[in-house]
Amino acid sequence: MKPYIGTPTSRVDGRVKVTGMAQYAGEFAAPDLAYGSVVTSTIARGRITRIDATQALAVEGVLDVLTHENRPAMGTTDQAFSDEVAPTGSPFRPLYDDKVKFNGQPIALVIAEEWEIARFAATLVDVEYEAESHDTDLHARRDEAFVVEKPDKPRGDAAKAFAAAVVRHEAEYFVPAEYHNPMELFAATAVWKDGGKLTVFDKTQGVQNVQRYVCSVFGLKSDDVRVMSPFVGGAFGSGLRPQYEVVLAVQGALQLKRSVRLVLAREQMYGLGYRPATIERVALGARADGSLDAITHEAIAMTSQYEEFSRNDTSWSALLYKSSNASYEHKLSRLDVPTPSDMRAPGAASGVYALECAMDELAVALKLDPVELRMRCYSDRDQNTGAPFTSKQLKECYRKGAELFGWSRRNSEPRSMRDGNDLVGWGMATGVWEALQMPTGARIVLSGNGHAEVSCATSDIGTGTYTVMAQVAADMLGVPIDNVTVKLGDSTLPHSMVEGGSWTAASVSHAIAVTADEVRKELLGLAQKMPNSPLAGLQAEDVVLVDGMIAGRQDSSRAVSVAEAMQHGGVDRIVHERSAEFPEDTKHARNTHSAIFAEVKVDEQLGVIRVTRAVSAVAAGRIINTKTAASQVMGSVVWGIGMALHEEALYDHSFGRIMNANIAEYHVPVNADVQDIKVIFVDEPDNLVNPLGIKGVGEIGIVGVAAAIANAVYHATGKRIRDLPITIDKVLG
Amino acid sequence: MESRARPDAVSKPAAISVTLYVNGEPSKLAIAPWTTLLDALRDRLHLTGTKKGCDHGQCGACTVLIDGRRVNSCLTLAVMKDGAKITTIEGLAADGSLHPLQQAFIDHDAFQCGYCTPGQICSAAGLIAEGKAQTADEIRELMSGNICRCGAYPNIVAAIQQAMGAKP
Repeated sequence: MKPYIGTPTSRVDGRVKVTGMAQYAGEFAAPDLAYGSVVTSTIARGRITRIDATQALAVEGVLDVLTHENRPAMGTTDQAFSDEVAPTGSPFRPLYDDKVKFNGQPIALVIAEEWEIARFAATLVDVEYEAESHDTDLHARRDEAFVVEKPDKPRGDAAKAFAAAVVRHEAEYFVPAEYHNPMELFAATAVWKDGGKLTVFDKTQGVQNVQRYVCSVFGLKSDDVRVMSPFVGGAFGSGLRPQYEVVLAVQGALQLKRSVRLVLAREQMYGLGYRPATIERVALGARADGSLDAITHEAIAMTSQYEEFSRNDTSWSALLYKSSNASYEHKLSRLDVPTPSDMRAPGAASGVYALECAMDELAVALKLDPVELRMRCYSDRDQNTGAPFTSKQLKECYRKGAELFGWSRRNSEPRSMRDGNDLVGWGMATGVWEALQMPTGARIVLSGNGHAEVSCATSDIGTGTYTVMAQVAADMLGVPIDNVTVKLGDSTLPHSMVEGGSWTAASVSHAIAVTADEVRKELLGLAQKMPNSPLAGLQAEDVVLVDGMIAGRQDSSRAVSVAEAMQHGGVDRIVHERSAEFPEDTKHARNTHSAIFAEVKVDEQLGVIRVTRAVSAVAAGRIINTKTAASQVMGSVVWGIGMALHEEALYDHSFGRIMNANIAEYHVPVNADVQDIKVIFVDEPDNLVNPLGIKGVGEIGIVGVAAAIANAVYHATGKRIRDLPITIDKVLG
Repeated sequence: MESRARPDAVSKPAAISVTLYVNGEPSKLAIAPWTTLLDALRDRLHLTGTKKGCDHGQCGACTVLIDGRRVNSCLTLAVMKDGAKITTIEGLAADGSLHPLQQAFIDHDAFQCGYCTPGQICSAAGLIAEGKAQTADEIRELMSGNICRCGAYPNIVAAIQQAMGAKP
């Protein structure tokens, strides 16, 4: 039997998704269901002086209006509102008190018999405020930003080395606030059961995180709250922390003692997390041969008034390229906005954008090919720690990506390549991300009829977790993939952290592997009790499960069928639950890498930019499912196109409000924006990162893409645009 | 909670009787004029395969076929469609076998999270019926009313080409 791991495999949840049978959080039915609608603040800072629900309550079918004045009891400490991925600070508490901390903050929940009634009545809630002056402009407040402590320390004297460098490049780059905009609206259905138990269907990347949070916020017993999220309509980081829809839905259910569904409006999702607007300053000092002597990377990012959200933007620069001098600094500016959140490759997407544009500018100054410059600065060790990588096939990414793209045919002169009215530009960049793994549990139930159920509380947000789990279980248990049922997205299942950081595939695969080891041991024990067992004397590590048999690893003719072994032992089902733990390895750096090549065509008169071709070459260890993994990377490249050309939350600073809080004016790529994208995975065997050599691919694909496109726009037009997104006005301006 | 006064009750709008022929079955509904076809399908008929992604006609997740034409059901009031034949994702497959588009979407991995997928597939069915799109560029242009935030667009185009019988 050919192993499923490494084989392109169609999604096991494909059929339910293409037939409309997959149910998402706001779609679960419950008897006597009531519907919520949220009222949000129209000021960015201040307090509510009066909130009058009289008119709303007068509407036929309205059941209640909850505000900070009459909501059910909630915890009173920051700890009660914290969660497993909360940043430093004081977490937001929905409907807690009269304070307004950002525009679009939830301040009332209208609950009615029908959704339309709730929505209408929400427009009738009368609110008066005492507004205070607010600030939402990062550029205006950059000088007041404070420094965040980061673990990586500078090396050498970057300022001195930069001053002494033969060739220098220094510039500021800007990444605006960007929103995840998953297609599914944030929603929760809190199903009330007699006796006060709750089953909450929530749009989340972490059912157990939300379950603990709901229990802690409302002082509920763990056994009384179950959180489920079997299907998630995209999240990209927006569902890592519990969001306010789940708090409000549970408030409603507790208040009315009946089931409540709350679906946020698209506009209201702009009051959740987002990629923070960040000013990135990069300074590079090089010798004439292109080797780097100095790297300085500073970031100034926005955060809220109540939490300090920051990720690693800057130390990628000092990790990636050889340089004896490096310094970096991350600053935060407190604004009257909601706290930013993780959004696909948080930190790296922004920081590496700046670094890789700066490298391109340095290559221009050095008159070096951009790929050649990166080869001259190539490092086989993490430059921050000096540790070698568990594996790093980035050179192969450059080579294979360049070959597939046809990079050698590039004329390095800007504005030198044309196609009719279009200027043609070719740009490239490097991507880098972490290869993380988290302690994770799994349960396997193997039945005598050859069916296996494998379960874990993790999520599938479109990433393909269902399919990966099925593939790994099928291989480890020696059964066809069609015989495997996968359960996930249920807080009662074996433990899992939130699904993020590209760590899920590695983590849950090892959880299944260690659990399958126990299944195999038990099966071997049963087989060895059979008379004249051909497996007599073998240890668990000497046998494998394959094609429904327990077989000798060396001598496959020594074999017993699983069904017979179970039957002989009088066992109907074998059930095991185990946890994968990952020992800390400080001797090695664990990273994924990529090389991205992009072609743009820019209409010389109109300034319209099209990304006509992109090649992403990724080194990410063993790829479990080349079909779904390639889709992950392709989708990430589409995200990179959006980041480079389209995406930007636009603030009206006088009101402290986002003006384009919808999916028509906040532009995301549509089908016509995306043309030819090719994804290749370079071979990267790795027996150090973890036993199965898995690194994860959810995020690496976006890192560097915006830089490759920005560099291509420069090559096409001769114009260096450092403020994202690169829109027509900037090209023509 | 203190009890609140309820002065001058505002009545909800009177319901209007309509018959929608959804996936071949007549459904008689008494429905308020402010209810969209999308909400009627999801909340009244429990056909949640049709998705709500924006409720403003901006994303295409709610696309259904009305009398064979693709329409944003969130911009369509249910009472406007009395007597109309409506096909949703649940009605596309006949006798338990998949529609060629559904199979092509699985074959080409033309979705990830699956939330935009019913709208993409219904939209593609409408596109093929329109007969206007022949090339990949034309498919891209005429499928641009359906946003896929997972970014599966190249695979969506390939799937539609397969279903059209064209060489991908």
